[in-house]
Parts: sequence; C-alpha cells; structure tokens
Amino acid sequence: MEYFLELFMGGLTRGSIYALIALGYTMVYGIIELINFAHGEIYMIGAFTGLIVAGLLTMLGFPGYAILVIAIVCAVIWAAAYGFTIEKMAYKPLRNAPRLSPLISAIGMSIFLQNYVMLAQTSDFLPFPELIPHFAFMEKMGSIMSSAELVIILATVASCVGLTLFIKFTKLGKAMRATAQNRKMAMLVGINVDMVISATFVIGSSLAAVGGVLIASHIGQINYYIGFIAGIKAFTAAVLGGIGSLPGAMLGGLVLGLTEAFATGYVSSDYEDVFAFLLLVLILIFRPSGIMGKEKTQKV
Amino acid sequence: MRVKLSLIALCLVMAAMLAACGGEAKKDEKNDKKADVETGEVAAPAKLVLGVAGAHSGDLASYGLPTVNAAKLVAEKINAAGGVNGAMVEVVPQDDQCKPELATNVATKLLSDDVKIVLGHICSGATKAALPIYLSGKIVLMSPSATNPPLTQSGEYPNFFRTIAPDDAQAALEVAFAKSLGLKKVAIIHDKGDYGKGFASFCKQFIDADPDIEQVLFEGVTPGAVDYSAVVQKIKSSGAEGVIFGGYHPEASKIVTGMRKKDMDIPFMSDDGVKDDTFIKVAGKYAEGVYATGPMDFSANPLYQEAVAAHKAKFGTDPGPFFPEAYSAALALLNAVKVAGGTDYDKMIDALHTSYVETPVGKIKFDAKGDAEGVGFAVYQVKDGKYAEVK
Repeated sequence: MEYFLELFMGGLTRGSIYALIALGYTMVYGIIELINFAHGEIYMIGAFTGLIVAGLLTMLGFPGYAILVIAIVCAVIWAAAYGFTIEKMAYKPLRNAPRLSPLISAIGMSIFLQNYVMLAQTSDFLPFPELIPHFAFMEKMGSIMSSAELVIILATVASCVGLTLFIKFTKLGKAMRATAQNRKMAMLVGINVDMVISATFVIGSSLAAVGGVLIASHIGQINYYIGFIAGIKAFTAAVLGGIGSLPGAMLGGLVLGLTEAFATGYVSSDYEDVFAFLLLVLILIFRPSGIMGKEKTQKV
Repeated sequence: MRVKLSLIALCLVMAAMLAACGGEAKKDEKNDKKADVETGEVAAPAKLVLGVAGAHSGDLASYGLPTVNAAKLVAEKINAAGGVNGAMVEVVPQDDQCKPELATNVATKLLSDDVKIVLGHICSGATKAALPIYLSGKIVLMSPSATNPPLTQSGEYPNFFRTIAPDDAQAALEVAFAKSLGLKKVAIIHDKGDYGKGFASFCKQFIDADPDIEQVLFEGVTPGAVDYSAVVQKIKSSGAEGVIFGGYHPEASKIVTGMRKKDMDIPFMSDDGVKDDTFIKVAGKYAEGVYATGPMDFSANPLYQEAVAAHKAKFGTDPGPFFPEAYSAALALLNAVKVAGGTDYDKMIDALHTSYVETPVGKIKFDAKGDAEGVGFAVYQVKDGKYAEVK
C-alpha cells in the first residue's frame, strides 16, 4: 500500500507539472486553434530566468523563501514577455494564413529558442538550487511525499483554481470565452481580439514559467533542451484531456503523470512512454475529442 | 525497357567488379606466400614498415590522426637511437575512414605491400572487417582504440592485440567492486542507449554468473524525462543494497539526487560517462560518496609526460584521443620485432605475450587473448567535491 501511495504521489507531482504546461497549450488552441510548439521552450526560459535570479539573490543574501517567490515572479514576468513577443513575431503576421503556416512558424520558433538559449547560456547541464523550503511536518513522511512535491501540487491546484475563477468572473475572461467561441463575432461586438490573444499567451507563459522554476528546483538541474520533452508530454496531456478545455488539460496532465508512474512502478520504466502513448491512442480511438473535449458540430 | 537494360548493365558491371576483387585477393595470397619465404631468408631488412590504419579523413579523423602522430613520434625516437635491429622504421598511414568496406581495402593494400606489423584500426567495426585478411597474411595487428570485447575474447584472431581495455573490463571491475563493498543485492539501471545499456548488460551478465551477488532490478530510464521518482521508488522497494547505473551524468545526477532526497543512503556506482566533473557540479552535495569507474590515470607516468611533450614540440598541439594508447602500441609492436629478431610471425606473437615493455600506459605485456595486462579502469569516488581514486 505504501508503495502504491509513493508512486501515486510521484505521479501526481509529475502530472501537476504536465498540467501547468498543458494549460498554456490548451488555452492558445481554444482561442486561435494553433498548437504553440514553442510553449515548451517558454517553460525552459522560465526555469533559466529562475536560475539566474536565484543566483543573484543568493549572492545578495536574501532568505530562502524570498528567493523562491522573487525567482518565480521574475520568471513569470520574463516568460510572459517572451510569450507576448513570440505571438507578435511568429503568429500575428500569419493570423489569416493557411493553418499550416503558423504551425511551421511555431516549430521554427521552438528550435530558434532552444539554440538561442544554448548559445547565450551553455549546452551543459546546470545545477539548480533547492529553492523550495523543507517543512518539518512533511519530513516525517518524507519517503512518501516530500515538501517539494507538496509545494508543486499545491501550486498547481492554486494556479488552476485561480485561472478558472479568472476566466469565469473577469471581463477579460469573458472576452476570452467569447473569442474562443467565435472570433469574428467577438470582433463585431467590440472585443479587442488582438489584446485577448496576447493576454492568452501571457497567461499561458506565466503558468509554464511557474512549472519550470518549481520542477527545476525539485530535480536540481536544467539545460536548454528540457522544454522539448516536457512540451511534448504536456501537449499529449492537453490532447488527452481534450484540447481547448481547461479542466481537460488538468485532468489530462494528472492522468498522464499517474499512468507513467504506475507503468514504471508495476511494469518497467522501459515501458513508461509506451504506456503513456498507448493510453493516448486508446482515448483518441474511443473519445476522439479527448476526455473532457466537446464534439464540435461542423457549421454548414 | 530502358530501365531494365540499365539494370542488367549495372548487374554486369557489379559482377565484373566482384570477379576482379576476388582475383586480386588470390594474387595477394600468392604474393604473400612468396614474401614469407623471402623474409625467412633475409632476417633483418634495412627498412621496417609500420602500417598505420584508421580514420585519417572523414568525420572520425580526430580519433585516427593522433595514432598517426604517435607512430611518427615513436618511429623518430627509435630511428634516432639506431632503429630496430639496425632497420629504420618507416610509417605508412592508410585511411579507412572507420568504414568496414574501406578497411578491407586497406588490409589488402598493406598485405600486398608486404607489411608485417600494423598499428590500427581505430573503430571496432572496421577492425572486425579487416581482421580475417590480416590473419590470412600473418600480419600482427594492434589497436589503440577498438574496444569491442569479442575481438580478443572470441579467440579467433591470435594476431590481434590492443592497448585499450575492452568494453566489458569496466563492467567486470564494477561488479568486483560491488562485491568488495559487501553488496548482495544490486539494482542495475541504464539509459537505454548503446553505451549505457551495453555497460549495464555486461554488469548483469557478470552478476548472473556469480552466485554471491544477485541482481534485483534491471531497467532503463528515458533520458530527459521530467523526473525519476517512480524509478527511485522502485529501487527502494526492490530491496537493493546498491545501484549500478550505466549511462551519462545528467540522468545519474537526477537519480542520485532523487535517492538521497528519499533518504536512500545505499552506494551508487556508475561508469566513465559519470566520471566527469560536470556530474559533481550538477549533483552538488548529493554527489558525495558516489563511485564511478573510469580509465586509469597515467598522467603521472614520466613516459606519458615525455610523449605528450614530444607531441607538443613537433605538432604544436595537445595530442588527441587514444594518443597514449597508440604511442604504447607502436612501442610494443616495435619491441616485439626487436625481441623476435625480425618479423617472423610466430616469434613476434610470442614476444608480445612474454616480454614486458615500458610504455606511457604503464609496463605492459599481453594476455593469452591479446588484451594488454595492467591497462584498464580504476574505481573513483567523489570526496569533498572531487573524484579520488579508491585504492
């Protein structure tokens, strides 16, 4: 039973990170029907920003929890700026182009950012400081779940709740929902669609940056390539849950994380990815729009 | 119709080429027999040709060219001292680009030129392809870099020697070391890659063959995965008393960090992909106490220092990979000629197995299978942020 719980908590932590990144994929897709393949790189840039800021603050002698908070805030701002700029540079000029063009542009952006960070920083792995503080009450059950895992899961839950409330109850949230439903009509009723799209990118990038800093602090190392695999997995999670749906992204992330953890624990880590993607195939066969996705009726 | 015609033409051309190659090989064999008789009559020719085969162009040239430089330096040194039994050593490089099909050409060329000793080849695949030709011509071959175990262990090629330890030697040392720590149950983890999984499989093989130690887990992890907590839990629940990891440092540091955070203080042992200062930098305090095997450190050997200095003086750069091994191989080959009093095949082989020679990689001779005794790997442990050899 303890083994099951350990695996469950590990899977939940991993799934939380997937969910945080998947939210960005799913929001962007919901609004402009684009798979933003550069999203994984935003997560990586968030982690790098966190590393630089944390290093700077440690030198200045800030206390541990302050470093964590400031590093996350800086990572969020910097990653949001990147998200905003990417949208303006790579997607906005292609808004009315065939659907394939922004997709190619997204892949190009992803490769560009990887190489840019590699050249600007280093291609080596870098150590990432442990920013998440240890809580005494957690240490007693440390073998099942550590403080870092608890913080990651709580941060994800908080982000998800916050995002849901934001979209439900604010004016911008309403505008986002309207744009997602029908961009042309939203424009006609006076919604600044460009602003809404930019806001979507900014919010999605912020969440990815939070995930980037938290996971980097948890596993203790980063390099320029971490965004690629995390991005692919998060994209899978978004599709699994039903791309375009926010609760779907969260559920997809958790399902994917738990599947991987249990596949590793009860079968073999050799088959981690095999089971993860087998699940994806099965879900897409029986529910083509994903777990929480809605079937779209074709307009005639 | 035209396509068919050109296909037939192509087949004909290919058949003709094959026939031509076959003919050539036969002629070489004949030449070679004649040559044998000749060398038998003339005990010490005035010129001793040392063939150097390997990748001297193409994308793997950086592995092959240091061997040529090493051979040239050794030849210069020995010629300055009066040569081998009065014969001047001449270095003849032959390029195979590490491609098996070119390696067989190189071997045929060296055979037809009546070369008796060859330093090379560089890559295991090319070496394997060329070995039967050398064997048929009774040419003694010594590689500084071909680490594929069966090359020596199959026992098929008594003419093949090497100054580098084979791939499985590291695994054998790792398992012996695990036993010396008193471990009974070991978890073997690898990164599914050629290098990491190969190493892990050799470890598994040695552990399976040993009744005193048992393997409780053999699994691959996916490089680059977000975290390895599930694998760490699995190691814990397997009851392993130690972990052997095959792969490189990014995965190793993630796994060892995860283990230490879950209060698992069992020994963590790995290979020379982890015996790297980046590992210590990334894993930080969690790296303390980690064991890793790696090539022996020869930098304190005066002959090694002399060879490197000679390279710097002549070529103006630091030597590349496998330079000390190649330098040692050239010394060992020429010493065998000297001890054998000529290039008689059996006598040279005998000399390589029996007489010691001082080289940059230590004082070596070769075991019954052709691996150099004494070269190989050592166990290192991270102590105070540095790898220190475990004596």
